Amino acid sequence: MDLSQIPALIVELVRYLFEILFLTPSTLQIILSLTAPLALGALCGVLCERSGVVNIGIEGIMLTSAFFGYLTGFLLHDSIGNEAALILGVVVAVAVGAILGVVHGWLTISIRADQIIAGVFLNVAAIGVTSYLNRIIITPTGRGGAGILQPINLVPESVTTVPVIGPILAMFLNANPIAMIVIVLVVALQILLYRTRWGLRTRAVGEHPKAADTVGIDVLGLRYLNVIAGCAIAGLAGAYIVIASNGSFQNGMSNGRGFIALAAVIFGRWTPLGAFGGALLFGAASGLQTVVAVDRPEGPLGSLLVSIPTQFYAAFPYILTIIILAGVVGRSIAPAADGIPYEKEARA
Amino acid sequence: MSGPTERPGLRDELRAQAGGADELAGVDPVADSETRDTTAAAPARTGPNIGERLGRAWRASAVPILSIVLALAIGAVIILLSPLATGKPIQWDLPVKAYLALLEGAFGTPAQWADETKRFNAISNTLIQSAPLMFGGLAVGLAFKAGLFNIGVAGQFLVGAFAAAMAGATFGSLDTNVAVPLSLAIGGLAGAAYGFIPGFLKARTGAHEVVVTIMLNSIAVVLLTWIVNDLVRAEGFSFPRTADINNAHLPILFGRNLHAGVLLAFAAVFVVRWLLDRTTLGFEIRTVGANPNAARYAGIRPVFIITLTMTLAGLLGGLAGSIQMLGVIGYYAPGITANVGFDSITVALLGRSSPLGIMFAALLFGVLRAGQALMQIRTNNQVPIEVIDVIQALIILFLAADIIVRRVFRLRAAKGALEGEVRTVTASWGEQVAR
Repeated sequence: MDLSQIPALIVELVRYLFEILFLTPSTLQIILSLTAPLALGALCGVLCERSGVVNIGIEGIMLTSAFFGYLTGFLLHDSIGNEAALILGVVVAVAVGAILGVVHGWLTISIRADQIIAGVFLNVAAIGVTSYLNRIIITPTGRGGAGILQPINLVPESVTTVPVIGPILAMFLNANPIAMIVIVLVVALQILLYRTRWGLRTRAVGEHPKAADTVGIDVLGLRYLNVIAGCAIAGLAGAYIVIASNGSFQNGMSNGRGFIALAAVIFGRWTPLGAFGGALLFGAASGLQTVVAVDRPEGPLGSLLVSIPTQFYAAFPYILTIIILAGVVGRSIAPAADGIPYEKEARA
Repeated sequence: MSGPTERPGLRDELRAQAGGADELAGVDPVADSETRDTTAAAPARTGPNIGERLGRAWRASAVPILSIVLALAIGAVIILLSPLATGKPIQWDLPVKAYLALLEGAFGTPAQWADETKRFNAISNTLIQSAPLMFGGLAVGLAFKAGLFNIGVAGQFLVGAFAAAMAGATFGSLDTNVAVPLSLAIGGLAGAAYGFIPGFLKARTGAHEVVVTIMLNSIAVVLLTWIVNDLVRAEGFSFPRTADINNAHLPILFGRNLHAGVLLAFAAVFVVRWLLDRTTLGFEIRTVGANPNAARYAGIRPVFIITLTMTLAGLLGGLAGSIQMLGVIGYYAPGITANVGFDSITVALLGRSSPLGIMFAALLFGVLRAGQALMQIRTNNQVPIEVIDVIQALIILFLAADIIVRRVFRLRAAKGALEGEVRTVTASWGEQVAR
C-alpha cells in the first residue's frame, strides 16, 4: 500500500465512523445493542463508586444473573408460556443482581473486606457456580441452547408510524426492549445523581464520608442502597445478554464486558451520561466488524477494513480499553473516598 | 530493635500495635511478617522455644488452613445436594465417595500403589499440576508485595507458553542442554514483556493494573489465535498448531512424566523468598507496597519499582507457561486452557503472598486439579469437576472475609499480613501513582 494514501484513508475512516454512528439507523441499531449491556454495567459501576465502593465483580454479577434468568426461562417456559417466562426471567436476573449486591455490600461495607478481593470472589464464584449448575441441571436434559427465551414487543407496532419519534423508538425496540430501558435509566440516574437530595448525599458519601456522617447522613445505609441498586442494574445487563444471544446461555458468556464497563465508568468520569458515552464507544468498537460487513465503505478503505483479520476486530475493544485508561485516567478524578471502607468509630 | 536481649514479648506487642498499619509497615520490619520471621531467627537460640514458634506459625496460617477446611465442608454439602438438581434422591455417601476419589486421583489408587511401575504416577501428576501454579502464585504474590494486583497471569502464561513453543520449534534441533534453557529464557522474557505493559502504564499514567491485565488476558487469547492460525501454523496437522519442539522438551527426572520444570518451580519459590527478604530491591518493593508516598520520601522511585515488579511478575507468569509448554503440552494450539489465571490468585491469597505459603497453597491446588477428573468419573458425572471452582470461590470468600472463619472456629481477632499489603491495591483505584 502506498504510504501517501494514509492521511486520506484516516479522513475517510473518521467520516465512515461518523456515518455509521449518527447517520445510518441500521448500523446504529447494531452498535446500540452491543452498547446496552456495557452501559448497564457502567451504571452499576457509577452507582457503586460514587458512593465509595469499588466493584470489579460486575462481570460476575452479569454472568450469574444471566444464568439464573436463563434457568428461570428454561424451567418455566413450557408451563407458563414464553412471555411470562421471559418477564419472570428478567425479574429473577435483576433480583439475583440485587442479592449479589447485598453480598458485595456486606463484604465491603459491613466487614470492610478488601473491595478488589471481594470483586474477585464474585467473579470466581460466578464462573464456578454457573458452570457447575449448568452441568448438573441443563446438560443432563440435553435441551440447552438457543431459543428458550424469545424477545417480545413491549410497544405496539402502530407507535412506530408516529413521525420523528416513531423510527427512533422502533430502532431501540428492534435492538432489544432492554436497550430502551438503558436510555431511560441513564437519563434518570443523571438527574437523580445531580438534582436530588439522594444524589447529593450519595456523592457526599463517596467524596467525604466523615463530613457526611457529621451532618447526619447514614453513610453505610446509603452505600448499601447504591451498591444493591447498582448490582440490580448489572443483573438487568445479565438478562440482556441472554436475550441478545437468542435466549441461550454459554459458560463465561459475559466475556469481559463487566470489565470493559469499568473502563467506561472511568472514561465517563463517574457520571451516568459520560459512562453511557464510554459504553457507546466500546459498543462501536465491538460492533465494527459486523457493521463493516453490513455496510461496507467504498474504495480503498472498504477493502482495507475487510482485509483485517477477525481476531483484530475481536481484540479492538480490549485494546481501546487500555488506550483509554492510559490516556484518560490521569485527567479523570475518582470520588475521593472510592475504595476506602468507612469506619464510624474511627478517630482521625 | 531485634537485639538478642530484647524482651521476648516485646516484638509481639509492637506487632499488635502496628497491626495492619498502612503507614510505614514496609519500612518497619516489626510490622512485616516475612522480615519478622528472619529477624526472629537470630535470637531464636535463646529466645522463643519450639512451642512459641509453633504458635506463631499457627497464627500465621490458621485462617488459610481453616478457610480450606470450611470450604471443603461446604463443598461436601453442595455435593450432597447436587443429585436433587436432576430429581434424584440424596446419597449420603456421595461427598465421601467424591473426596476419596479426589485423593486417589491425586495420590494414586490402591491398584496403582500395588504396581511398582505406576506407584508414583499420580503424585508426579499432582506435582506437575502444582508447578505452574507455584510460578503463577509467585507472579501474583510478588505483585501483592508492591501493592499491585496482577490478574494477568492467564495472559502472561499464554504469551510465555507461545514464545516457548516457538523458540522450541526453532531451536529444537539443537542439543537439549542448549535448546531447553534458551526456550525457557525466551518464554520467560515474553511473559516479562507482557507484564511490563500494565506495570509501565500503572506507573506512568495511573491506568489501574486490574483492568489493564484483564484486557491483556483477552487480547492474548485472541491475537495468539490469529498468529497461530494465519502466520505460524505448522504444516502436516489437521488443526492449527505450532511445530514440534523436539529436543526442547524439558528432561524427565522421574517416572513417566515428572519433568525438570517442577524443580525450577521449587527453586523459584526460594529465589523469590531471597529476593524479597535479603535484597535491597525486595525491601524497596515491600516499602512501595506499604506506602508509595513514604517510599518516595525514602528515596525510592515508585514508578521504577512498580514497572520492575510487574515485569518480574510477568517473567514468573511467562515461566509458568514455558514449563507447561516444554514439559507437558509440547505445542501451542489456540484454545489451550489457562485456568491457571484465577487459580494463581487463589494460591497467592492462600499463601498470604509469602513464597513458602504460596508453595504449600500451590501443592494443595495441584491436588485438587489432579484429582478432580477421577472424582467426576467415579461419581458418574454426579459430581462434575466444576465443583472445584465453587470450592475455590469459597476459599477466596473466607480469606476476604476472615471474620466468618474466626466466628466459626472461635479464633481471636488478629490482623494478618494480607490486609496491609492488599489494601493499597484498592486504595490506588482512582489515584495516580506518586512520582
